[in-house]
Amino acid sequence: MKDMNPQDIAGEYREYTLTYYDGTSRKVLVTDIETPYPDGKLIVSTTDLQGIITHANQAFIDMSGYTREELIGQPHYILRCPEMPKAAFRDMWETIQAGKTWHGYVKNLRKDGGYYLVYATVLPNFKDGKIVGYTSVRRKPSRRKMEEALQAYARMREEETA
Amino acid sequence: MTFQLTVSPDFPPNHIAGWYIFNTWLQKALNLPIHLELYPSFETQREAIQQGKVDMIYANPYDAAMLIREKGFVAVARPQGKTDEAVIITSTNASYAAVDDLKPGTRVAMTNDPAINLLGMMMLEPAELDSSTLETEVVESYPVAVKLVLQGKADIAFVLKEALEKLTPSTRKQLKVLVESQIGDLYHTFVVGERLADRREAIRDLLVNMHTGPKGKDVLENLGFQGWEPVSADEAEFMMNLIEALK
Repeated sequence: MKDMNPQDIAGEYREYTLTYYDGTSRKVLVTDIETPYPDGKLIVSTTDLQGIITHANQAFIDMSGYTREELIGQPHYILRCPEMPKAAFRDMWETIQAGKTWHGYVKNLRKDGGYYLVYATVLPNFKDGKIVGYTSVRRKPSRRKMEEALQAYARMREEETA
Repeated sequence: MTFQLTVSPDFPPNHIAGWYIFNTWLQKALNLPIHLELYPSFETQREAIQQGKVDMIYANPYDAAMLIREKGFVAVARPQGKTDEAVIITSTNASYAAVDDLKPGTRVAMTNDPAINLLGMMMLEPAELDSSTLETEVVESYPVAVKLVLQGKADIAFVLKEALEKLTPSTRKQLKVLVESQIGDLYHTFVVGERLADRREAIRDLLVNMHTGPKGKDVLENLGFQGWEPVSADEAEFMMNLIEALK
């Protein structure tokens, strides 16, 4: 996956290099600009077993800042924000690979370096008893619960980087 | 043998005649005896489904998921360009302007339309409200839910957006929308049961091509549809997964 492009970034940014579970690395550029999650909007996407995006609805496009063409075929970690602890995503993958539904609060990175906050539900899709992919639905979170989750994530990040 | 067609009870009342006209058209086109049964509530319709009385149904997304997963129905078509969205409405006199202004104890009028109730509850989550902190009243139809709000007996109501649009202008004037869902991936589908398994493809073809003939066009107009488009098994599966994620 390509590094983020400074030309796409709105405002001053910090630079991080993220290494994902599959060993690939990417330079991400991050600002502190939040795009508020609109009431009533639902981001819907599907991925294959490897987490490669196969469907993105209009809300996903609006909130992430990417075009549909830029999202389809990319790993879902294109949205990974450096402030999210790896353990949160490890927990998610373990849960959904075991055939269960995962819920959690997530800070997502936009194409322009800003972020948006969501309450995410990810569930496995079955065909003939086998998991064939995953559906993810993101909605507006409760502000208080989101703040609590972000504080917990900050502590988890400290432990991960210690 | 006479087959039974039914329609999700959330359709606007001004389309009742349209469904009778549709049934007459479908009987002629398929050369099959079909009886249209319009159930007064979601419960009575579900009972009929459980008793195996229903062969074809224009189903809301939640019931379609149950019919496909548990009863062997197959989705064949959906109305062109129509998606299901929910709105939370209140009286124009109400002091709240947004979901965040609502407090525990808020009185909610809702129908038994599970898809719309799921969406309504989802839209209240940011205010940390759920069924345990709300006072809910289940009523038989959207117009009744709206009436409770206008009479001050409920603070808000969960309503199918299409049903809100069909209210009279004078009623709508007394209501304001607190929040409206923007999903675009949920829709009603025409699903066909196992007794008509060998006619599913024929029914899909008939519906998808309905807008091409003058008679079909007329029937569509009475239903308030532009036409039908085919629904694939994968598309239906996607919608079912989405419903599952919202539960």
